Amino acid sequence: MSEPLVVMTDVNKHFGDLHVLKDINLSVGRGEVVILIGPSGSGKSTLCRTINRLETFETGSITIDGKELPMEGKELAALRADVGMVFQSFNLFAHKTILENVTLGPIKVRGMKKAEAEKRALELLERVGVAHQAEKYPAQLSGGQQQRVAIARSLAMDPKVMLFDEPTSALDPEMINEVLDVMVELAKSGMTMIVVTHEMGFARKAANRVVFLSDGQVVEEGTPEEFFTNPRSDRAKDFLGKILTH
Amino acid sequence: MGDILSNYDILGAFWVTIQLSVLSAVGALVLGTVLAVFRVSPVGVLRFLGSFYVNTVRNTPLTLLMLFSILGITYILQIPFSQEASRNAYWWAVVMLAVYHAAFVCEALRSGVNTIPAGQAEAARSIGLTFGQSLREVLLPQAFRGAVAPLGSTLIALIKNTTVAAVILGTAESAGLLAQITENEGASLPTFFIFALGFVILTLPLGVGITSVSRRLAVKR
Repeated sequence: MSEPLVVMTDVNKHFGDLHVLKDINLSVGRGEVVILIGPSGSGKSTLCRTINRLETFETGSITIDGKELPMEGKELAALRADVGMVFQSFNLFAHKTILENVTLGPIKVRGMKKAEAEKRALELLERVGVAHQAEKYPAQLSGGQQQRVAIARSLAMDPKVMLFDEPTSALDPEMINEVLDVMVELAKSGMTMIVVTHEMGFARKAANRVVFLSDGQVVEEGTPEEFFTNPRSDRAKDFLGKILTH
Repeated sequence: MGDILSNYDILGAFWVTIQLSVLSAVGALVLGTVLAVFRVSPVGVLRFLGSFYVNTVRNTPLTLLMLFSILGITYILQIPFSQEASRNAYWWAVVMLAVYHAAFVCEALRSGVNTIPAGQAEAARSIGLTFGQSLREVLLPQAFRGAVAPLGSTLIALIKNTTVAAVILGTAESAGLLAQITENEGASLPTFFIFALGFVILTLPLGVGITSVSRRLAVKR
């Protein structure tokens, strides 16, 4: 594995009495693409969200590029700027145009000039195939288009790592591929990615590693090929049996 | 009838009503926004202060606030705006109207904030915006758009509530003048209608305008 970029050490989190993350140890190398997979309620989304502290955790540590996650405030905001996040429900800023969605971060957080930010935003929108929609509002776009804009919005910050929290789960089937294609291209370009998804096609095509979680624990990890064809743990076998047999 | 129009400065009184409305509306909007930010802030003390203010002020009769500003603050605490009684009462009326309606503005805005899906704030934070930037760029603009209708209702209520200022302003504003005319000339329906019409002219177009603005600005999701 290459030099570690995201390192989680003994991370624990509770929601009330529920122990959602149990001693999570996970290291993601620079340029690596890691898939988090697991049954509903296994903690995979929570794990993904703790990496930029959209969820807090109680014990353990998470470092990004050697820096410990700060608690709150300006330092945390600065760190989040380096961690891209793509949500299941897109979460584009509803009152801003597509172009403004992509330029907001670079202008406000990076202090980029408006003209420069717009030029770069249009390049990114071109890259994800929605440049011609730049002046529209999010509600005027399809789900697949919105999600691609959300990816462009994250890319505009030049993140060190990108988190994807079930990026295709809210999409109509015919729109899933247009988003996955962008993600595959991103993976090939060397972006470090942590992806919560059940899309096995994507995992096989783009991932270096699959991490299987169950009940808040890392149960098994391996290459996509190993994991999908020859899972070792019973829980992984049971889970794959359920999602593969129809 | 003509006597009343020529002997009393009805337009002047409505002009004072308009001044009170505009000045206190601006004050209420500013103070109410600050309070709304308090009420949605992650800091517990600020949230407490915000809700304490709203619950106290909203549940105090405006008449009481008006009287308190003169009898309590000016006379007992000796904090006048001006040595001249009418100026003092004028500015205290503006302040009390602003203070009172800020509580309603705050709640209107907070209801606007509640129309925003949680994901908007998460997305704002995840691109590295600070709490203040998230509020300014993402949350408040959407909250204002979602709150146009309730803010409009508050503004209309404020315009009509300026009449309460008569208890300290005397005959300078419209309700005070109406009372004086009634006292001097006897009660007459036309007099009432003139004043009622004045308020309809002030509030009705505003209501129509607000409805159209709130439709136009509504955030489509």
